[in-house]
Amino acid sequence: MRLAHGRCLPGGTWGILLMTLVVAPLWMATSGCSTSTTLPASATDQPAGRAVDQDQADPVAMPLQGRVILTGSSTIAPLIVEIAKRFEAQHPQVRVEVQTGGSARGVSDVRQGTADFGMVSRHLKPIEGDLVAYEIARDGICLIVHADNPVPSLSREQVLAIYRDEVADWKDVGGSQAPVVTVHKAEGRGTLEVFLSHFELKNEDIHPDVIAGDNLQAIKSVAGNPYAVGYVSIGAAEAEARLGTAIRLLPAGEIAATSSNVAEGRFPMVRPLTLVARDSLSPLASAFLAFVRSGQHTDLIEAQYFVPVAP
Amino acid sequence: MSLWLPDRWLTTGSRICVVIASGLAILMIGFILIEALPALRQSGLSRLVGDAAWLASAGRFGVTPLLAASLAVTAGALVIAVPLGVLSALFLEVYAPAMIATGYHRMLELLAGVPSVVTGLWGLSEVVPWINRMQPPGQSLLAGCMVLALMILPVIALTSAMAVRRVIYEQRATALALGMRRDTFLVRIVLPLARRGILSGVVLAFVRAIGETMAVVMVCGNTVQIPSSLFSPVRTLTANIALEMGEASGFHRSALFLTALLLMVVIAATLLMPEDQSASPGGRHA
Repeated sequence: MRLAHGRCLPGGTWGILLMTLVVAPLWMATSGCSTSTTLPASATDQPAGRAVDQDQADPVAMPLQGRVILTGSSTIAPLIVEIAKRFEAQHPQVRVEVQTGGSARGVSDVRQGTADFGMVSRHLKPIEGDLVAYEIARDGICLIVHADNPVPSLSREQVLAIYRDEVADWKDVGGSQAPVVTVHKAEGRGTLEVFLSHFELKNEDIHPDVIAGDNLQAIKSVAGNPYAVGYVSIGAAEAEARLGTAIRLLPAGEIAATSSNVAEGRFPMVRPLTLVARDSLSPLASAFLAFVRSGQHTDLIEAQYFVPVAP
Repeated sequence: MSLWLPDRWLTTGSRICVVIASGLAILMIGFILIEALPALRQSGLSRLVGDAAWLASAGRFGVTPLLAASLAVTAGALVIAVPLGVLSALFLEVYAPAMIATGYHRMLELLAGVPSVVTGLWGLSEVVPWINRMQPPGQSLLAGCMVLALMILPVIALTSAMAVRRVIYEQRATALALGMRRDTFLVRIVLPLARRGILSGVVLAFVRAIGETMAVVMVCGNTVQIPSSLFSPVRTLTANIALEMGEASGFHRSALFLTALLLMVVIAATLLMPEDQSASPGGRHA
């Protein structure tokens, strides 16, 4: 009995090996995607979105088809995914692929032609002048303190002193006697970069008490700690404050931290959320860009706590 | 011998499943290894262990403070949860009236099922402010220990209860025949014999605690440093990966995979370590 079973097994074992061989590449491919290293093979040998029909004059007769590929900032990606869903609903033969990996990846993928658009959540650098940036929304960053903190505002010098650990007590910056707890962001976060460049700080110089991963965590950290100060996206802070979370948004100088001040360009600590591309766009890519910038997606933009901009 | 042999199909089927499952595990470990290799090769283990700071923008990737934080948080959680868990097990199996025991058992199961993000949110909005009143900033090693203890308590309590129940079932008649007192029976007979079962629960709890990410990111403060007191904010290996993976590329990304590898080595070492030589009836099936 046992021997008979043993003998029939090798055949089965080959099947198993074969199956592993099939499962393995599949699994590697999916894992590669989620960790944002690989593009689908077809994306590299065939420029994305070029499969569009030439007849652009009559989109009804000749519906858009093909693929739009966007890579880059994980800040922008969720917004683009939502807008892409609407675009795909209107154009069933179009697939929009969104992959994250940071603004730097967006820039390099566009240059190499493996993506139609790079999602870049900062201003383009001078050496990136070969690319064109299209602003789709804006993100303002402000300092927040606990709602019970009596400090009305913080000057640039005071913020610098606090984050450099030169001031350790609130009474030195116009508050009541209490230790200062600084809430900082993790390396690579867009809000961190805007904060550092606005205050001309180096990350090495900062000795924070708490490091938060995202805006929500920073807000919760400040709301749960009467001594804390942090900086977050204005949209997110406004929404939380409206819900009654115990935080207060500090103005920058005289300018109140509000979404409308960000939209009108008055608030200083701001970053643009952009799609960058080379100067020539495929018909499909330009149709997608026009759709994104049509001004019809303010609901989606506000749901991500960003500030819509006039197209 | 009929052509249709359920046993044969079961044998083949189970072997297929095992190969798929272990194949996936091996592939994943291989993937982590391959991704970690550039960091390991470029900077060498000594620099990664020797550097006391993890500062990606400055090109410094010291894993020692992260490892120290992970071990400290986990050890602290075990210090809180092991006594609570083992005593809970005794309560469940010996002291509690049937109805209360059932209720407590259900509650532990429910606690085991609470998602870590919920526990973390509770920690951030309740435990952290409470610690902050004692010593700011509140987000600290201690907060991590407390939140993790809550998460692993049911694991320890339920596995220990299983081990204790079995020993009591096997040894009660002997103890009664010898006229043994209940406390003597529990301390001298039940706990020693249930040791392996309890230990396996502790190991499971250790693995769960050191691998926990979400709750730890929320309550530990995430400052990279070797903790100097229970109130120091710390960043664990898992928190570090979660915080920086989104935007990491190149060497930084590889260094993050290296920390993942380190974590798996710690877990593997733990799983292999506590093999108790003396066979005990309590642990055999627990």
